[in-house]
Parts: sequence; structure tokens; C-alpha cells
Amino acid sequence: MNRRELTATELGLLGCHCCGLVSRPTLAIDDVRAHRCPRCGTHLHARKPHSIGRAWACWIAAAILYLPANLLPIMNTSSLFDSQRDTIMSGVIFLWHEGDWPLAALVFFASIMVPMLKLIAIAYLLVTVQIGKINRRHQRARLYRLLEFVGRWSMLDIYVVTILVALVHLQSLALIEAGPGALAFGAVVVLTMLSAMSFDPRLIWDHRKEKDVRHAP
Amino acid sequence: MSPPNPDSLIACHECDLLQTAPDLPPGSAACCARCGARLFRVTHHGLDRCLALTLAAGVLFVIANLFPIVIVDLQGQQVSTTLMGAVRALYAQERPLVAALVFATTMLVPAIELFAITWMLLPLRFGHAAPGLRPCFRWVQSARPWSMIEVFMLGVLVSVAKLSHVAVVVPGLALWSFGALILLLAAAASAFDGRELWARVARTA
Repeated sequence: MNRRELTATELGLLGCHCCGLVSRPTLAIDDVRAHRCPRCGTHLHARKPHSIGRAWACWIAAAILYLPANLLPIMNTSSLFDSQRDTIMSGVIFLWHEGDWPLAALVFFASIMVPMLKLIAIAYLLVTVQIGKINRRHQRARLYRLLEFVGRWSMLDIYVVTILVALVHLQSLALIEAGPGALAFGAVVVLTMLSAMSFDPRLIWDHRKEKDVRHAP
Repeated sequence: MSPPNPDSLIACHECDLLQTAPDLPPGSAACCARCGARLFRVTHHGLDRCLALTLAAGVLFVIANLFPIVIVDLQGQQVSTTLMGAVRALYAQERPLVAALVFATTMLVPAIELFAITWMLLPLRFGHAAPGLRPCFRWVQSARPWSMIEVFMLGVLVSVAKLSHVAVVVPGLALWSFGALILLLAAAASAFDGRELWARVARTA
């Protein structure tokens, strides 16, 4: 890295993550009292407070809930003749057998691959920052941007269940109910989003010897 | 060191690199010299365009919520649902948290976002800074990831495809409105120029 490249923190300045204004804090940079952006009033931090701890907390909760989200039925379908409990995976298999393989691939990707890859990617970002790795920074920055963009698309299955529940409630003929897996799955999506939001991408670019800056508010 | 000019300095929000903002023609964007994150985009009449698109999106949002999304003909029985009806059905099945999640991400957050942008930009168009502009701005910036109308739209299409195996599915008025709404919201979001907004606010003061 070019040694002349300077970050705002190194010069004692704070950039506002909300409106972009760069300001000089009136308090000392490691003061525990919150700085506020003079333009938009956002709480300013050199780095997001407790970024790694919060990200890990949400990550662990999401990883635990990932199991019931995939094992418990997300949807119960009952008709005159039979009743059926669908997990996310069995829904994908059903679509595949119906010959709807583009749709099956879409649901598989959004509901199974994305949450799993998100968990792996967040853990990778957190671990590499914690051990102070300095290589592959550009790739990790790109990975972080991808995480931010792709995370919300996992909500897809929740919306599918919502619409099916509302439409198929002909009591005598057929009834679709949301299963307990739906709640766990929604929680996984929200928690992985919170985990990715808690992670401060600026940590990727910090030097190892700046460890004290990293924990500043 | 002399105090930096706040308008020309930018700290990258992803890597904290301090750099000076280049003068760019409308329609182009500045990216961080180190990590490549998009720093800002310059739009031509961005705020006016954003306001117009947001007002149009507000109208479509109302239509999308009042009319049925899809109508299903299942063995002679017709069933249709609005977005609120779908949330209520989930709530009635003792899934209040899932219902709340759907309600928040498809109705509450988008509605407040549309309102907040109008609240900020409409008075600014006539040269006044609206009261509460600062919290509105912060709210819009932090709420954006939680507005998931486009994901919901894809979910509707998937469920329509699933149901079309067993029933006749007719798209409702709200489905078309949602489709148009997504395009308007995306265009409004990309026209929203925070730098122009603060420059205008500074001029009103």
C-alpha cells in the first residue's frame, strides 16, 4: 500500500457515514461521549462501536437458527385427501419435479445458498480482520459489498408463504398454514443482515498496529 | 494544519481513506481511489427528479395496497388478496412475528420512506428547509435496506407460478402497480443526491 495514503482517523477527522461530511471532532477522538455530525446530527464513530462483538453475536444467533429454519416445516398444506409439511428444501424438490427448474434454482439459490454463503462470508471477514490479515483487501471489500446487496433477497420464501397462506384458505378444500420454520427463517435473514451491518468494512483496511484505534468509539 | 474545507474532503465510508472530491459532470459517479466503493453520484436535477418520482411512487403505493394482488380461481371458488389481507391471514394463524416482519418490510418502511423523502424535498423545492429535516435524512439513509418491495414482488411471482399448477391465477391491479412501483423507487433512489440536498439546505439558511 502507498504509505502516503491517509485515512480520516489518522488525521483526527471523522467522516459521517450518513451524509458524508468530514468534520474535526470537538472532543478527543477516543472520548466515550458521542460525537455528532455538525450537518445531519448522526452519531459519529471513528469505527463502528463493538463492531466485531456485535457482528459475531448476530452471527451466532443466525447460525443456531439456521438449523430449525431448514429442518422445521415452513408451510403446512392440508386438503381433503392428504396433508403435507413442506420445508424449504422439499419445496425446491417439488418445483424441480414439476419441471419448473428455473424457479427451483431461483428458490434454492435465494433461500438455501444465500443464507449459508452469507454466514460463511461474514465469518471469513470477521476472522481475517481479527487475525489482522492484510492481503486480499480488495477482494474482501468486494465481498462485503456483495453481502450488503444480496442479503435482503433471502426474504423471498417468507413472501411466498405469505401470499400462499392468504390465497389458499378454502376451509373445505385446501388450507395452507405458515409453519414454525417460517419464523426461524425470517429471523435468520434479519440476523444475518444485522450482522453484516454491524461489521465495519473500514477494519479491513486498518493496519495491525492501529489495534487501539480499532476499539475507539 | 489549516482546517479542511468540508465540501472538498471525503472520507470513504468503506475504507476511511481521505481524498478530495473531484468536480464531475452530471451522470457520473466518484469511486474511492483505494477500495473502489462508490463515494457519490452527480445527477442532473437529481432532487427535483427524485421528488417527482417519489410523488408518483406514492400514488402507485396507495393503489398497490388497496387493490388485490392476485385473484385465484380454485375449483370454482374465487379468492383474492391484498397485501394487508395477506398480513392479516398470517396474523390470524398465530404467526404475529412473521406478519410483523412482512408488514414492516413491505408497507411500513416503504410508506415512511416515501413520506420522509417528500417531507424533505417538497419544502426544499420552494426554498425552505423542512423542520425535522436532519432526522428525516438519517432515517431514510438507515431504513433503505429494510424496504423490500422488489423482493416481495419476486415472491408474488414465485407463488403465482406455484399456484398455476393447480388453479387459474389472474394478476390483479396491485401486481402491475407493484411492478411499476419498483421501477419508480429504484429511479428515485438513484436520483437522490445527498450532496445536492445539503448544498440546498445551506443556501436556505
